[in-house]
Amino acid sequence: MTAYILQRLIQSVLVLLAVSVVVFLAVYGIGDPIELLVPPQVSAAERTAMIQRLGLDLPVWQQYLGFLGKALKGDLGLSFVHGVPAVDLILARLPATFELVLLAMSLAAIIGIPLGLLAGLNPESRPSRAIMAGTILGFSLPSFWKGMMLILLFSVFLGWLPTAGRGETVSVLGIPTSLLTLDGLKHLALPALNLAIPNMALMIRLVAAGTTEAMTQDYVKYARAKGVRRKRIIGRHVLRNILIPVVTVAGMEFGSLVAFSTITETVFAWPGMGKLLIDSIYQLDRPVVVAYVMLATLLFVAVNFLVDILYAALDPRVKLTGEMA
Amino acid sequence: MTSPLLEVRGLRTVFHDLAGAWPAVDGVDLVVQPGEIVGLVGESGSGKSVTGFSLVQLIDAPGEIVSGDVLFKGEDLRRATEERLRHLRGDRIAMIFQDPLMTLNPVLTIGEQMCEAIQEHRPCSTQEAMDEASRALARVGISSPQARLKQYPHEFSGGMRQRVAIATALLNRPDLIIADEPTTALDVTIQSQILFEVQKLSRETGTAVLWITHDLAVVAELADRVAVMYAGRIVETGTVDDVLDRPRHPYTLGLLGSSAATVAPGERLRQINGAAPSIDARPSGCPFRPRCERALPVCAQIDPPPQVISNGQSYRCHNPVPEGAVP
Repeated sequence: MTAYILQRLIQSVLVLLAVSVVVFLAVYGIGDPIELLVPPQVSAAERTAMIQRLGLDLPVWQQYLGFLGKALKGDLGLSFVHGVPAVDLILARLPATFELVLLAMSLAAIIGIPLGLLAGLNPESRPSRAIMAGTILGFSLPSFWKGMMLILLFSVFLGWLPTAGRGETVSVLGIPTSLLTLDGLKHLALPALNLAIPNMALMIRLVAAGTTEAMTQDYVKYARAKGVRRKRIIGRHVLRNILIPVVTVAGMEFGSLVAFSTITETVFAWPGMGKLLIDSIYQLDRPVVVAYVMLATLLFVAVNFLVDILYAALDPRVKLTGEMA
Repeated sequence: MTSPLLEVRGLRTVFHDLAGAWPAVDGVDLVVQPGEIVGLVGESGSGKSVTGFSLVQLIDAPGEIVSGDVLFKGEDLRRATEERLRHLRGDRIAMIFQDPLMTLNPVLTIGEQMCEAIQEHRPCSTQEAMDEASRALARVGISSPQARLKQYPHEFSGGMRQRVAIATALLNRPDLIIADEPTTALDVTIQSQILFEVQKLSRETGTAVLWITHDLAVVAELADRVAVMYAGRIVETGTVDDVLDRPRHPYTLGLLGSSAATVAPGERLRQINGAAPSIDARPSGCPFRPRCERALPVCAQIDPPPQVISNGQSYRCHNPVPEGAVP
């Protein structure tokens, strides 16, 4: 186990290094932030001083090495626009996004898994066909359009829920959360639902396909021959076997929602990380974009590691060893 | 004569496809007495496994049991409710399958899979169920059963897994065990150990066994009576001694001739020409006729009805092997 963790750590560092090179070069290629940062009325001398202060006069490889050197000490640089550490800027936005994604993924699992079971157990029945047709809509309707339709329905026509922004928050252990106030939950509902819909569709499809397959397996027939109740066959024998792909996908989706739920956050003006990323790209705020992608990578590495550990818990045949997996 | 434990009359199970309904089991009659071991022998595709599953009504679409009676202690299982059947399965009628690697759930512990067989049938604390499971494992010769209960199927060898399946089948002291080729996937030494144990346990607990196999040697070693199955029907039945020593049906004779145990060393094994007819190409009259050396013109027209001879042996043949012919 220790060897396994060590190996995963080394792998993670290599991944982070590779990502840093790619992102740094990509952001460098997008454009020159000076044009946006320096007001046109500033004198040429001041302009040069500013370029030097930000280190933008150096060749790209020197800029990268400088960034890397600081990054190894945990400093991902100051935001060009806000003048505060990029990491602080991102972490300040994290709780808002995190609670949004947590709610969305919970909704997707709580609704998606039972519906998937239902559809998988009687694939030919009318409700099952309706569910499966619904998942295609869930996948294919674009997020921004769904978001606007939700606002139109629940905020404009019905007037039940607010259109945008984050509601009242309370502080738990120093972290602001809107999960514990009614106003906060009201503001959360629509963006969370919008994020949940495609994931719900994904879960339904995964669970339904897994269930249909598992029900034909010999272990199900054997359980029936032992006189095991149908409820237990489905809840224990089948569900335990199909949970493995579900956990994999849920983990990956969780990571990508935290990092890249930009569209939903933009539509609902949710003050989360995704909105920060979009704003930073518009303003060519290089340190924030680079730091953002680095943190997102770190998040994915961590989530995948967690998923691997969950595998071992779910499937007794999986052993975590230090050999090349 | 005691009333039979299991009595099957005219059982027909068909499989549906777009072209029609094909009989996998085509009018099977079978009797199992309490405590007796009956061998059900046949080639692949003869319908013996489908017969086994039909007895406990575990036939899923596209299969369907279309006619016949299955009387278990006088109760007609074809008319039993699903809940009643659930109570019988695993409690009064237990099953052992061919491949325990496929039938044990890979992600649940052996202990959980054994305990559920108890707890789904009678109220019992998990601790009590575990103790019972542990004793059952010990009875089939598994050492340190307490530790083994916490393990998963992949941590057991093939022979050990089959012992687990047998121990599970015995948990509720059933009246009947239907064993579907349980030793086919095992090597010969393990096979004979398991046969010995099943025989012993059957004698000790008074459990009747319907042992489905393609291996006549196994039947000779284990069973009291034998039923030979061909193309979905029983073609010959009787006590093991009668049927194996004095077979009357040409198919039984052919099976015996192709078994290594009955042929002198150095002699060529005889084989039955041709292959068993597939389910959608059964010949008219006697289904064995195209492969039969003793076929008469009448065999193509009339399906031979069962002929009962005095000692309880019966066969379905127009031109039976003469009595006393050495197999």
